[in-house]
Amino acid sequence: MPDNRVNPGPLLDLRDVRKSYGARVALDGINLSVAAGEFVALLGPNGAGKTTLFQLLTGLFNADAGNLQVCGHDIGRNPVAALAQIGVVFQQMTLDMDLTVEANLRFHARLHGLGGQHARMRIEDALQRLGLSPRAGDPVRELSGGNRRKVELARALVHEPALFLMDEATVGLDPAARRQLLDEVLGLRSRGAGVLWATHLIEEAESADRVVILHLGKVLAQGSPQELTRQLGSASLADAFLRMTRANSGG
Amino acid sequence: MKLQHAMLALQAVTSREISKFLRQGGRLASALVRPLLWLVVFAAGFRNVFGVSIIPPYETYIPYQVYIVPGLLGMVLLFNGMQSSLAMVYDREMGMMRLLLTAPLPRSFLLFAKLLAGTLLSVLQAYAFLAVAVLFDVDLPWSGWIYAFPAIVLAGLMLGALGLLLSVHVRQLENFAGTMNFVIFPMFFLSPALYPLWKLEESGATVIHLIARWNPFTHAIETIRFALYGQLAMSSAGIVLACLALFFFLAIRGYDPQRGLLQRGGKPD
Repeated sequence: MPDNRVNPGPLLDLRDVRKSYGARVALDGINLSVAAGEFVALLGPNGAGKTTLFQLLTGLFNADAGNLQVCGHDIGRNPVAALAQIGVVFQQMTLDMDLTVEANLRFHARLHGLGGQHARMRIEDALQRLGLSPRAGDPVRELSGGNRRKVELARALVHEPALFLMDEATVGLDPAARRQLLDEVLGLRSRGAGVLWATHLIEEAESADRVVILHLGKVLAQGSPQELTRQLGSASLADAFLRMTRANSGG
Repeated sequence: MKLQHAMLALQAVTSREISKFLRQGGRLASALVRPLLWLVVFAAGFRNVFGVSIIPPYETYIPYQVYIVPGLLGMVLLFNGMQSSLAMVYDREMGMMRLLLTAPLPRSFLLFAKLLAGTLLSVLQAYAFLAVAVLFDVDLPWSGWIYAFPAIVLAGLMLGALGLLLSVHVRQLENFAGTMNFVIFPMFFLSPALYPLWKLEESGATVIHLIARWNPFTHAIETIRFALYGQLAMSSAGIVLACLALFFFLAIRGYDPQRGLLQRGGKPD
């Protein structure tokens, strides 16, 4: 994997990030980092601010304040360099349903400056890795929900990014497909990639190296699943999460 | 931005638009049927009603169906520009726009690639219409086919940029039909597509004449009309170019995450 980072610091580094929609505060001073080879789960209930954070990280929105760096590149000042280092799977499906699996990947490869034989090899590699080679010529419309998600992950792999952003990537999948996708993403750590995995499902967060609990736009706690459980004297991560979010909901 | 990267991205956007166009079998047919109906049916009924006097660029009396060809070329470009706009709104709803806008390229370039791809389809359809029009006894100078090329491209770009700008403001597909009616029909009818503007002036419709003179579509048609006869309508071409620059600038501004489309449409999760 090419390393185009301008410094050897964390792949993702957020400092005091703030975002509001009118009077409503969506993100209130977020500090967060993801290191190379680290899988970080961003755990939060619906409305916590996870998707807003992903929209800032992909340059679709601008932060009101704070510093967002991807591989040392400021996403606000140098979005092109930052985006080149990111592979994203959005919560909403972003595939052209009428194009074939391979054509979707080729479209993405070209947008990332990959063409010809080089792109073909990367696409074949990504499809093979996710067991999609036999479906390469099928229109995406004909695939199951699980396979469509796999195509999105394969697409994110094509340009070999340093950092993967997965926004509730398993929404709508059955438990087996969810586990399979999660295992694939966990496997990316061995390549030195960092992963930020947004979810509201505790069992997905339990697989993470580090869990960041986000609630009402604030980071309530972060640490390994074991550390968080121990800190709150809870029986499980689920218990710790519920206690923490309830305590901060004013309920 | 590296040139090779830019060319690959342009190829990606263009080949996707072409592939979509080829999949939608009826699109070319409907693009041709619409102006042909005007050419064959409308012109047949009105050729003896409207007398077109000798006005530049024409050097002699011309049949009515020859007069309306530039306007119908404009109609092809206008409809395709709006179709591209509709496709942008659809892509936004389906998430493909998100994928495009998170590519590691300047956003203005990505939007330009979209505009160029849409214009390519517009120009192909315009020439397809010209070819079919010949079969209906429309006598245009063959050299005009070449001379008109830059004018058709310029008009296609301007109307495509207008479509791009509209896509910023139309948030949902279901709102699009209404918006198109408010754009396409006034633009088309308040122009010299079907009758020369002096006819409006002569009939005392001063306000309508004034609006038509300010209509960018008027100037797109006049640029094409003069180009078909190897002449450059300098002021009209200049206005089309200026409108292209303005519409594209506003569209880029609209897609700016700091102040535009995505900001307004966004909600906290």
